[in-house]
Amino acid sequence: MPMPKPKLAIYWCASCGGCEEAVVDLAEEIVELLQSVDLVFWPCATDLKRADLEHLPDQAIFVSLINGAIRTTEQEEMAHLLRQKSRFLIAYGACAHLGGIPGLANQFSREEILRYYFETGPSTVNPEKAQPQPSYTCGHHTLTLPDLHYKVRALDQVVSVDYYIPGCPPTPTLTRNALKALLAENPPPPGSVLAPDVALCDQCPRKATKPLQLSFTRFQRPHLAPIDPQQCLLAQGFLCLGPATRAGCEALCPRGNMPCSGCFGPTSRVRDPGAKILSSLCANLAPKTAEEIDAVLDTIPDPIGTFYRYSLPRSLLRGKVNTSPTNHAS
Amino acid sequence: MPDAVWEPRIVAFFCNWCTYTAADLAGVSRLQYAPNVRVIRLMCSGRVDPQFILEALAKGADGVLIGGCHFGDCHYVEGNYKTFRRMRMLNRLLLALGIEPERVRLEWIAASEGDKLRHVVNEMVDRIRALGPLNLPERFQSWNRELSHQTPPCEGVLG
Repeated sequence: MPMPKPKLAIYWCASCGGCEEAVVDLAEEIVELLQSVDLVFWPCATDLKRADLEHLPDQAIFVSLINGAIRTTEQEEMAHLLRQKSRFLIAYGACAHLGGIPGLANQFSREEILRYYFETGPSTVNPEKAQPQPSYTCGHHTLTLPDLHYKVRALDQVVSVDYYIPGCPPTPTLTRNALKALLAENPPPPGSVLAPDVALCDQCPRKATKPLQLSFTRFQRPHLAPIDPQQCLLAQGFLCLGPATRAGCEALCPRGNMPCSGCFGPTSRVRDPGAKILSSLCANLAPKTAEEIDAVLDTIPDPIGTFYRYSLPRSLLRGKVNTSPTNHAS
Repeated sequence: MPDAVWEPRIVAFFCNWCTYTAADLAGVSRLQYAPNVRVIRLMCSGRVDPQFILEALAKGADGVLIGGCHFGDCHYVEGNYKTFRRMRMLNRLLLALGIEPERVRLEWIAASEGDKLRHVVNEMVDRIRALGPLNLPERFQSWNRELSHQTPPCEGVLG
């Protein structure tokens, strides 16, 4: 009898779907992958249902990749179910790792978000001001919907996570190496982020042109100024988050003439990604007076969206701390 | 101690060469000031990583006071300028994150200014007292009440 193949599950929570695409980006190798594993759950690509998952014994799945932040009660429930059924649970991609772009919603209250999307948003036509309800009774039937949480969370703020594969989305190389590492005899130490623990500058082809001492007189925005394709982006005044971001993407954005926006998250020594890059960049402003410093800082119009673009829920303050009450009856 | 009367908890980062020495001077001069600050000595105000400030607040401080040398007096020449620039941005960040920027204060206090130290600490305590408790640990706990499993596996620190 042949050895049973390790079971693989893939699930999608609060994210754009790019991480599902990233798995498919393994291209021809996906055939090889699917031959070496037994795919037991992947709602985006297969017809396997939650019941199929529930029928599996605990820990039956070798590895589950969960992408996306945790935003709804259903996502929380599914994260717990997958945790129970899996030997290794992996936070796959920036949203599961750190909260990601959906995590920026932690700057607003749940009410503000619902009001914008269902009432005041420029593309909304909803004269009855109808909003989704967690349950609705029609005749003898009661329909239910998952409830929206008050806060967006990274996966490890809801269930324990064994490994993290960073990136928005993770690259095929990183995904391939991570799966190989897990299937090997000695898996990496638990809790690891499966990418090199060095700053992105280390992989950047522009590294040689990075000045020893940076000095900013203003920050340029990539859509408003021409970008030299060879020189260090920071030296040109573009806000590149490379120095405070983990390597592993082979500097895809700087190679494509765009500054790094930090999707791989920080290295292991950093406790708050936003504070860390703020510290590095702002210490190096040229001016010395409050007015002149403020003029340079004014060229960063959205500090939260710039410094915490992918990491707000997993940062020290987790988002705006004085949004409306969150301790609803539950 | 939930029943105890609230007292402002302030974490102070003082540089070794000026402000910490000023605190020593205030001590040997027997100047009386509010006991609400917990002083941490660093070699330079430039060592104050904004992460320290956010972590102090996240772990329950109501305010953070940073003391360094006057411009031109920094033992490391430019350390206090670096702090000054970082604090200008951190102010904006705190505002965006819903924390009153007055909870974090930066002051230049020379080694000879024991009386200024006393004055700054007292004023800071009054200011925080007027703002009231920040209570972030309790606030984070209340956020987690919406979870079906009450003890989230991982809090605060990135792995």
